[in-house]
Amino acid sequence: MTAMMQGGAVAALEMQGLRKSFGRTEIIRGIDLSIAKGERHAVIGPNGAGKSTLFNLITARFAPTAGRVALHGQDLAGMSPFQINRLGLSRSFQITNIFPKMTVFENVRCSLLWSMGYRYSFWHMVGNSRALTEGAEAILEQINLTARRDLPAGVLSYAEQRALEIGITIAGGADVIMLDEPTAGMSHSETDYIVDLIGKVTQDKTLVMVEHDMGVVFGLADRISVLVYGEIIATGRPDEVRGNPKVQEAYLGAALEAEH
Amino acid sequence: MTDQTQNAPRFGGMNTAAVAPWVIAAAFLLVMPFIFTSNSAITIMNQMSITIIFALSYNMLLGQGGMLSFGHAVYMGVGGFFCVHIMNMVEDGGLPLPLPLLPLFGGLFGLGLATIVGAFSTRKAGTVFAMISLGVGELIAACSVIVVAFFGGEEGVSGDRTYGLPVFGVEFLQQIEVYYLIAFWLMLSALLMYLFSRTPVGRMANAVRDNPERAEFLGYSARWVRFYSFCAAGFFAGIAGGLFAINYEILTEENLNLTQSGAILLITFLGGIGFFFGPILGAIVFTLLQTVLSLQTELWQLYLGALFVATVMYFPGGLAGLLMMHAPALRSGRAGRLVLPYIKTLGPALIGVLALAGLIEMTFHLRHASLGDHHMTLFWVDLDSHSLVPWLVFAAIMAAGFAVMRRNLPELLSAWHSANATGDRS
Repeated sequence: MTAMMQGGAVAALEMQGLRKSFGRTEIIRGIDLSIAKGERHAVIGPNGAGKSTLFNLITARFAPTAGRVALHGQDLAGMSPFQINRLGLSRSFQITNIFPKMTVFENVRCSLLWSMGYRYSFWHMVGNSRALTEGAEAILEQINLTARRDLPAGVLSYAEQRALEIGITIAGGADVIMLDEPTAGMSHSETDYIVDLIGKVTQDKTLVMVEHDMGVVFGLADRISVLVYGEIIATGRPDEVRGNPKVQEAYLGAALEAEH
Repeated sequence: MTDQTQNAPRFGGMNTAAVAPWVIAAAFLLVMPFIFTSNSAITIMNQMSITIIFALSYNMLLGQGGMLSFGHAVYMGVGGFFCVHIMNMVEDGGLPLPLPLLPLFGGLFGLGLATIVGAFSTRKAGTVFAMISLGVGELIAACSVIVVAFFGGEEGVSGDRTYGLPVFGVEFLQQIEVYYLIAFWLMLSALLMYLFSRTPVGRMANAVRDNPERAEFLGYSARWVRFYSFCAAGFFAGIAGGLFAINYEILTEENLNLTQSGAILLITFLGGIGFFFGPILGAIVFTLLQTVLSLQTELWQLYLGALFVATVMYFPGGLAGLLMMHAPALRSGRAGRLVLPYIKTLGPALIGVLALAGLIEMTFHLRHASLGDHHMTLFWVDLDSHSLVPWLVFAAIMAAGFAVMRRNLPELLSAWHSANATGDRS
């Protein structure tokens, strides 16, 4: 899939001069980034680079100190999470964030409700809608949790909960999917599994993914941005980024040092 | 979007397994007055039914929506006050209204008040919501002595239900007629509240309870989801208030105050907030304790308090949770293994608890009976609370009861494990 900006098309996500300070500490120090429709974009960086802060700025969990974020050309300033979601952006959370007391099936079904037009209805029975049930079952099939359908989500294994989290994130049919370190805390085989899953469920969608480890996103991302101390020091195709000396110095070098 | 489903059990629509409990409940309500025919029994059952509606409405907040309210009595009370005023308007000849419709108006007034209060109180759940509910509750309870024209001051407002338009010749002079009126509203309200929990907004209430932030990223405003639950809870509390007005024909400040709001929290939690039928159990047990036990002892609230504390500490799922713990064993057909161990532990435990209650009652008698009154009756036995013998006997029974329970407890635990051993259901 070619991921470069096509001439004239509105970017799926656009950040301009984005800054965020907590007290006197500036965590995000001026970010300009444009992510095209259908692109799979990974933001990587060492610990403390501001990845999660950037993520939370894009999804309006935090308000920026300066700059703007636009989704399909629409400024997100001052919007609530539910409004942003209705514009077609869906996100996951770094710390697993599901509905633990509800069953796996209920978790997915709830994430379908709004996009299927049910809104705040108190005159429909959710059990009576075949479209809703089949939609939820299709998602369960995609994330391989059909066998866990009727268990409370809180009792699933960690990797399964992460898979469910991804299922909830994509269920609403959003065209911009944001994943916050979806493989954090996973073993190698679990990581491979989740990366495969992400590739599968985000086909034809715009994906923005924050990761600590470049290896995880290398095969998945069309473009990678490297975030160091609140600034993007490089953006490009995975092989370009890996060959960039600045990146090697600031990020990979540090990682190599840590390993040896 | 309401297309029908083919294989019903999977989809939880209207199938026999879903309808059966409602049919049984309706049949139960129909025959109860033939089993318990006395007037006092019917009075108790009326009170029970009203409390059930009230408790179910409270659980829409606490259990379904995760909102801890300390002021839910207000919606029942205000609905009830309006209904008494409507009854008086009917009596004065102005309003041709059949009595059975009155609870609907109670519900609408409860809904109206909940809409106003919910508009600002449902912004946040947790402590903020709890505090606002407490404040609003106190505020309206205080109004009852200020706005005397509406709340009637300290003596409250009373009415007469018999002036409504007769319905098929029924004028609601007798308790039994009122019983069936209340039973009808109980069935209708309980069914509607159950169905509400199956609607999109009802499901999202659970989601918002579990994780409001996640729900927002699914396109739902947590605040509006809470608001709709809150309004629905106010509506059904108002229906309970209307039935209260019909049943007792008087409302006072006691129907609004914190004691009443606290009682409904206690009832709901005791029954279990995790299951739809939990509050029903809680309301039944509480009403029985309140009416039957209070005839036996002045200390009934002490025992109720102890029961509540024990529930919170050891069985946070309440009575319903306790019952549903047995569902896996029942399903696997191994519940039979539990019967004997239960008798062997709970029997002695019950004897121990009763003996402890005996000691408490004797202490109470010793302190509070008039001078020279040494005589008391405990468990159908006449005894002298100032002699040492009954104290020793009760203490010995208590110690023996608890000792036997302790000895048999490991047997119950191992029976429990064997009954619940799931084999390999991975």
